[in-house]
Amino acid sequence: MRREPLLNGVLALALLAVPLAAWALDEPFVITLATKVAILALAGAGLNIALGYGGLVSLGHAAFFGIGGYAMAVLAAPVQNFDLLMSWPFEVPGTKSMPLIWLAAMSAGALAALVIGALSLRTAGVYFIMITLAFGQMLYYFAISWPAYGGEDGISIYVRNGFAGLNTLDPIQFFALAYGLLMAVLALTHMMVRARFGLALAGARQNPGRLAALGIRPFSLHLSAFVISGAITALAGALYADLNRFVSPSMLSWQTSGEIMVFVILGGVGRLFGPVAGAALFILLEHWLGGVSDYWKLFLGLILLGIVLFARGGLIGTLAGREDAHD
Amino acid sequence: MTPLVQMQGITAFYGHSQALFGVDLDLAEAEVVALMGRNGMGKTTTIRTLTRLLPHRAGTIRFAGQSLAGLPAHRAARLGLGLVPEGRRAFAGLSVEENLIAAARPGPWDRARVYAMFPRLKERSGQDAALLSGGEQQMLVIGRALMTNPRLLILDEATEGLAPLIRQEIWSAIRGLKAETGLAILVVDKSLRELSHVADRAVILEKGRTAWTGPMAAMTQALADRYLGV
Repeated sequence: MRREPLLNGVLALALLAVPLAAWALDEPFVITLATKVAILALAGAGLNIALGYGGLVSLGHAAFFGIGGYAMAVLAAPVQNFDLLMSWPFEVPGTKSMPLIWLAAMSAGALAALVIGALSLRTAGVYFIMITLAFGQMLYYFAISWPAYGGEDGISIYVRNGFAGLNTLDPIQFFALAYGLLMAVLALTHMMVRARFGLALAGARQNPGRLAALGIRPFSLHLSAFVISGAITALAGALYADLNRFVSPSMLSWQTSGEIMVFVILGGVGRLFGPVAGAALFILLEHWLGGVSDYWKLFLGLILLGIVLFARGGLIGTLAGREDAHD
Repeated sequence: MTPLVQMQGITAFYGHSQALFGVDLDLAEAEVVALMGRNGMGKTTTIRTLTRLLPHRAGTIRFAGQSLAGLPAHRAARLGLGLVPEGRRAFAGLSVEENLIAAARPGPWDRARVYAMFPRLKERSGQDAALLSGGEQQMLVIGRALMTNPRLLILDEATEGLAPLIRQEIWSAIRGLKAETGLAILVVDKSLRELSHVADRAVILEKGRTAWTGPMAAMTQALADRYLGV
């Protein structure tokens, strides 16, 4: 039974078809919703590498999401203020080029994940959850108290950053960028999980001692997975900041960490398209239930409770059946 | 020539309770040594200290001339210790093939050779390791250890709880390893009759100490009754 790849294909096509239909019907808001789904799914895909494949329950991924967002703001703000990013010891201008911003966001996210991971991965279980949360909160309060980029108020970037050959302010073109990046990351994740690195990571999740007895250091594997995970979530943060053309410390808050984790759990932990399904469901609920009541998160909570209690594989697990890891 | 493994005066503790009180064990290249003793005498603990999964308190452990003291387990394994742990510990959720390649290191042992040794694994190569029979899992774990191209293969109760036919298959594979490759093997098992066909020497533990060491041929019925009988 191979229902999961089929379901993944359906999800990938649906996420493409909805905004295309909305484009044909001239409904830009729906395109923006779909873009939001793609970007949040990308953040979830980052966390899924640590949480789903590595078994590392990180409650601090907002740190990487926010770092990605602030990387965008730090690079783009000097351009809109006709200023330089750095004037000493040599002059460095800011940039409005998306590829450069993505590269900077991913590097900053990877570096932060390297430091946070190297310290946090000395612990496990509940302590790991708490220490990643602590690092996230540290960055959150740093962003609030740092006046250069708006402090508590955040900072607006009025014109979306550019990508050669595209008009990024056109919703469907910006969607295409976000969707393309999401699919590229999911394809790379798929390859990584099947490579020796991914296999050893699955082994480390089950029993680190057994893997050490085979000559592989679990710490290095976990740290690599954590760094890759942080870089991808930071990329999503940069895109999210560009979507809203606004960055604020709320991107770094622990509620954001929780939401990213909710995408993964709703969709299915350790399932390739789990974050896509989870983010889509989250945005749909936010849109529909949010229209019915301001307290829509109550219903989200009930759904989450139901999934954790009765459908451990999340949406993907419920629809595709038992884990079908082998071709 | 220095032996491949030299363990001298090893003591080890689980928390406050002492498990090993002075284990001595030598093993030369291409030698097969049987580690024997009743339940709870320290066979698995000895293996855990050798593979650095449990720190020893006193004594020296040298492997290929290098002291293992202070090395983390993965480093020790990379020196060439291939452990087949007690109780068939394959990685569930990974297929047979994935289990084999997950920790493979380059060398003479590759998938083709493992499949030649255990043809059943080849038939099941795409199957989830958790869905294999106990004997097949055991073959898989032996194959996984061989794929790391070890200098010493450590088999901890490799035939425990398996059907007699499967046991024969595994024993003949171990005999084949000894005859064809000259791989050094440290084997823990309860079946004296099978061990006597494979092992060159025996080390018998009693209450956490090495009680007797000698060639397998010198193992008498009296000794077996004294140290191994119920």
